[in-house]
Amino acid sequence: MIAMMALAAPTTLVHLSGVDLIIIAIYFLLVLGIGFYLKKFAKTGEDFFLAGREMTAWVAGLAFVSANLGSLELLGWAGNAYQYGIMAAHWYWIGAIPAMVFLGLVMMPFYYISKTHSVPGYLKLRYGTEASALSAVTFAFMTILMSGVNMYAMAVVMEVVLGWNLHFSIIVSSLTVGVYVAAGGLFSAIFNEVLQFFLIWFGALLIPILGLIETGGWSGMVARIHERFPGQDFTHMWGPMSSASNNPMGVHWIAIVFGLGASVSMGYWTTDFLVVQRVLSAKDVRSAKLAPIIGSFFKMAVPLIVILPGLLGRAVLPFHLVPGNQAGPGQFKFDDVLPLMLARYCGPGLLGLGITALVAGFMAGMAGNVSAFATVWTYDLYRPYIRKDATDTHYVSMGRWCTIIGLVVSIGTAYLVQYNKSMMDYVQALFGFFIAPLFGTVVIGMLWKRVSRMGGFLGLLAGVITSVTVFMLMKFVPSTVKVFAFSPLAQPLAQAMWQALWATVTCVVVTVLVTLVTKPKPDEELRGLVYALTEVPREEHTNWLHRPVIWGVAALAILVVIQIIFW
Amino acid sequence: MSENRHIIPVWFFVGVLFVIYGVLILISGLVHWSHPAQGVELANLHAPVWWGALLIVLGTIYCAKYYPRSET
Repeated sequence: MIAMMALAAPTTLVHLSGVDLIIIAIYFLLVLGIGFYLKKFAKTGEDFFLAGREMTAWVAGLAFVSANLGSLELLGWAGNAYQYGIMAAHWYWIGAIPAMVFLGLVMMPFYYISKTHSVPGYLKLRYGTEASALSAVTFAFMTILMSGVNMYAMAVVMEVVLGWNLHFSIIVSSLTVGVYVAAGGLFSAIFNEVLQFFLIWFGALLIPILGLIETGGWSGMVARIHERFPGQDFTHMWGPMSSASNNPMGVHWIAIVFGLGASVSMGYWTTDFLVVQRVLSAKDVRSAKLAPIIGSFFKMAVPLIVILPGLLGRAVLPFHLVPGNQAGPGQFKFDDVLPLMLARYCGPGLLGLGITALVAGFMAGMAGNVSAFATVWTYDLYRPYIRKDATDTHYVSMGRWCTIIGLVVSIGTAYLVQYNKSMMDYVQALFGFFIAPLFGTVVIGMLWKRVSRMGGFLGLLAGVITSVTVFMLMKFVPSTVKVFAFSPLAQPLAQAMWQALWATVTCVVVTVLVTLVTKPKPDEELRGLVYALTEVPREEHTNWLHRPVIWGVAALAILVVIQIIFW
Repeated sequence: MSENRHIIPVWFFVGVLFVIYGVLILISGLVHWSHPAQGVELANLHAPVWWGALLIVLGTIYCAKYYPRSET
């Protein structure tokens, strides 16, 4: 393996030494060892699919935030920070923290008390099979497609950054993930996500530390950026958003607050089963409420290792990076900024640690996808529609096979993407079609007991159709961008926010209208599922330091202060 | 975590990984002390040495605190 890794092409971004390769190899050995060790603990369905529901708030919280801390995300957002400046941090702050706190304080009690094993599982209890089946089928299908897209993207990054063979990266990473997830289920996935969390922090934190030393601190960095890019504002978050024409993203603050903060991020962080599954593994309701709030504090800090390196790239790199589709021979693209900065400051050993963090991020992302896929397929599709009365052992076995089959399909998707690159954009867009309206369906169902079975299903369907329609129109009829995004200058990121907002609003309106003309579900079927009919354990006798609400408010307060500092 | 079934805490694995990586990075830093790798900025700060030492310290703390002890 090491010999194959070392066959790096001469024109790669970084060159690894022997100690770097040893560091990477140790990581692979450790995760495989952990997988085999945990196999004996993953015997029942509860163990395999929900890690025995015995994780502490800290472990569940770190896994929750780590499931979203994949390498594509790190490379992509560092590139966005180089391209758009500190505005990219909106996706880590207003685009994550309120949603995480909302999940912890408002939604988690219902997910947890209902004893559901998944988000489609909650929809089945709350609405019935129609909404649940729509959500389960689309989630399973798209999770596996996303896993393939991530796999291909990882192989490309490894080829460009390190010169590794594309097939080698795909096969070694999927084999490793397949072995450790099939063995230990969600236990393995969570253990590796926690390891990945630490690796990413300690692999990337030196970049901002050394970068700020080189530039003479934050003010020195800002001065260098202004000197090298006069007349452009890369270091303010809200100031340039009074008009879409004032910033390179072409986005107005309304899209950030309502599109990103209230639709996209709420949808992703509160209903995407990939992340919610981690919190469902918590050992009790209080831990389940605390987990996303603990995660929110770490999420708030991630811009230090993602956004700041992108900004530092603007300040110190001796050449200018270009958009991916415009990069010619010898030119670097925006998404290369993180590996470039890593290579700038990290010599042998530290470089291996940084690259291991990237590899770990990719593999944890794949593991997250396949473990979520295995759960939804087994519990929300196979058990209710194909084999209802099998033993628990049978379902665990199905989960293990699903992991392997899911990875095989992912590999197929990865090669499909290789021959049809535009498929990558479509798969990512496809995922976005369902997330925002799903939030509308879940949250309105939790908070309003009157919402009917068909109200939930038709609202979700209308939201998805709206999302697809708005996306297609903005993509193929550019003149409609002005209509849906209120500015012809809106870039794809800004368009996605407006698309999510339209979808959520449509979902909620249709849900309410259909509910008003259809029969509600009886109260006895809604106990433990909706606000008015659920006894959420009170925490007045808990030490205030252990109360989720205290930490939730603290997270929001820090968020406000950060916004003011970087206004 | 997992006290009921005595699963080795994930923190212990984190500690083990940190100690191993810390040792490797520290040694690498010491080897390159007088001949820094070419093209690396701020090599005079010897980041691998103090970063490796930090990893060893943190890893040792985690290993000691979460070392899997047998049931009493």
